[in-house]
Amino acid sequence: MRKHLTFGGVLWNIVQYVSLIFFGFLAVLPIASCVITAFKTDEEYRATSVMTLPKSWLNFENFYRAFTTANMGRAFLNSLIVMVCVLTVSVLVGTQLAFVLNRFKFPGNTFVRSLFLVASLLPSVAMQVTVYKIMTVLNLVNHLYGYIIMMCGTDVISIYIFIQFMENIPIALDESAFIDGAGYQRIYWQIILPLLKPAIITSCILKGVAVYNEYYAANLYLMSKEIRTISTSLYTFVGPMGNQYNLICAGVIISLTPALVVFLLCQKHIYSGIAAGAVKG
Amino acid sequence: MSDHKLKKWARSRRGQQFFVCVTFMAVPLLLLFVFTYLPFGQMVQFSFYKMKYLTPPDKRVFVGFQNYIDVFKRDDCFKALKLSLYYCGGALFQLALALYLATILSFKVRGGNFFKGLMFFPYLISGIAIGFIFKFFYTRGFVLDSLLQFLGAQADKIPYWLKDQSVNNWSLVATSVWRYFGQNMVLFIGAIMSVDSDLYEAAALDGANRWQQFKHIIIPGIKTILTLNVILSITGSLSAFEPPYVITGGSNGTGTYFVIMNEIAHVSQKVGLASAMAVVLLLIIFACTIAQKLFFKYVFRDVDSQDEVRKARRKKP
Repeated sequence: MRKHLTFGGVLWNIVQYVSLIFFGFLAVLPIASCVITAFKTDEEYRATSVMTLPKSWLNFENFYRAFTTANMGRAFLNSLIVMVCVLTVSVLVGTQLAFVLNRFKFPGNTFVRSLFLVASLLPSVAMQVTVYKIMTVLNLVNHLYGYIIMMCGTDVISIYIFIQFMENIPIALDESAFIDGAGYQRIYWQIILPLLKPAIITSCILKGVAVYNEYYAANLYLMSKEIRTISTSLYTFVGPMGNQYNLICAGVIISLTPALVVFLLCQKHIYSGIAAGAVKG
Repeated sequence: MSDHKLKKWARSRRGQQFFVCVTFMAVPLLLLFVFTYLPFGQMVQFSFYKMKYLTPPDKRVFVGFQNYIDVFKRDDCFKALKLSLYYCGGALFQLALALYLATILSFKVRGGNFFKGLMFFPYLISGIAIGFIFKFFYTRGFVLDSLLQFLGAQADKIPYWLKDQSVNNWSLVATSVWRYFGQNMVLFIGAIMSVDSDLYEAAALDGANRWQQFKHIIIPGIKTILTLNVILSITGSLSAFEPPYVITGGSNGTGTYFVIMNEIAHVSQKVGLASAMAVVLLLIIFACTIAQKLFFKYVFRDVDSQDEVRKARRKKP
């Protein structure tokens, strides 16, 4: 394509770079100010303005203090346990459900689909009013496994991603395997599940981020300090430590580092996951 | 004999299908029942009682529709829904901003991926961390105030961002825009990219400028996803919860409907009233969703079919 150097074209070029830099700056400013503050010593924090850079970028004192006060080692372990369990269960349950709903016509197929669709409309905060009661009755409150079981509950977006992906796996594949004598269980485990790998990765990243960041239910159901997850461990800083922002910022930075690493490693998957999740509706 | 028949059926294709359906659907349906529909049913039931979480069933007091009347009568309940207007305004601004930036980033720009990542990353931060980040950001004399002073604002003219009732809701809405505009943008970039790229080339050859391309190719190409997001932002703003919950706790007139419901349920333990509040909002959300479905069915079907006619015409030599 030939480039026309018109006045409008040049102006538009300037406008677009200015907007990108402006909004990029706004996006990064709150996080950057946190990073700057996290490296300041107590005296520096009290004496200098927020925008002043710290004297030393190697002052990891706050990070160490935040990590130990909020018991973040244990919290990371808890978050890891929750994530591994929830992701394993929801991938298996979700793909199995998608397999059945996509491959078999049976009375109630549409009904089951709409049950899940309606469920996705119910805002989770509102549901917690009575889920709390049920969790109490089932004695699942204040146990890590109780929280895990609740989090395994329906996740319509990943089911949707699985069903969409299944539609592109030819049914002839199942048919020929069935004629060769494989049962449906074997077809699922040996043919469908491996073929769903890209969809599984996408849904794991989306759900993984959601589970890692979940704090509302975790705060409601995990009261004991030793079963706090990484996001609720930040609640340690509410109250008496409420204005030691150099410490708090360090805690915040520690908690978002894993998300940053995952983001840098699999940007492509995350972006395509966002696009895939949006097609529903 | 019948036992033999059963075994034969179990080995047949239909029988196998039946078993796999039952085994594969049992767990998800059980989870769905226990954590969605059972609580939903209980919510409707509790909304007619005066009770706390630990009140034994025989001590609950049946109050009829009193809780529903209270939802509309109390100053702090239904009236809190007007705060949704702030969030709705913010959401619409957010969509416009996301669309603008997506249009820039869908074409070749230097450092495009870098900016995209920068603006998207806030979406991956947990709500509670965002709460701390913005408490720090808005506190008197901290990040925002220093920035404004650096730009020449006078210290005594800067409002208290989280206390002053004329600005605090906007401050909270801004955090939500900050968090989600990058996600919207990525979504729109995906939609714009999926528009046939020949169209852009043809338009460029015909001498169309960026604005014309935007108006005649991009907007029609992503119309469906755009409308869907506008409608979703309405239901989303009715159930606005996170920003006030994590930043102000709902103080100084920032308590949205759900923040107040959450407090009534888990702090004052008026489970009946909270349930009634939840039911009322769910009904509103359902109504919006049905309206949305009808909207898509009647408004978009025609337009889409016209599009297809146009495409078909274009393909003809």
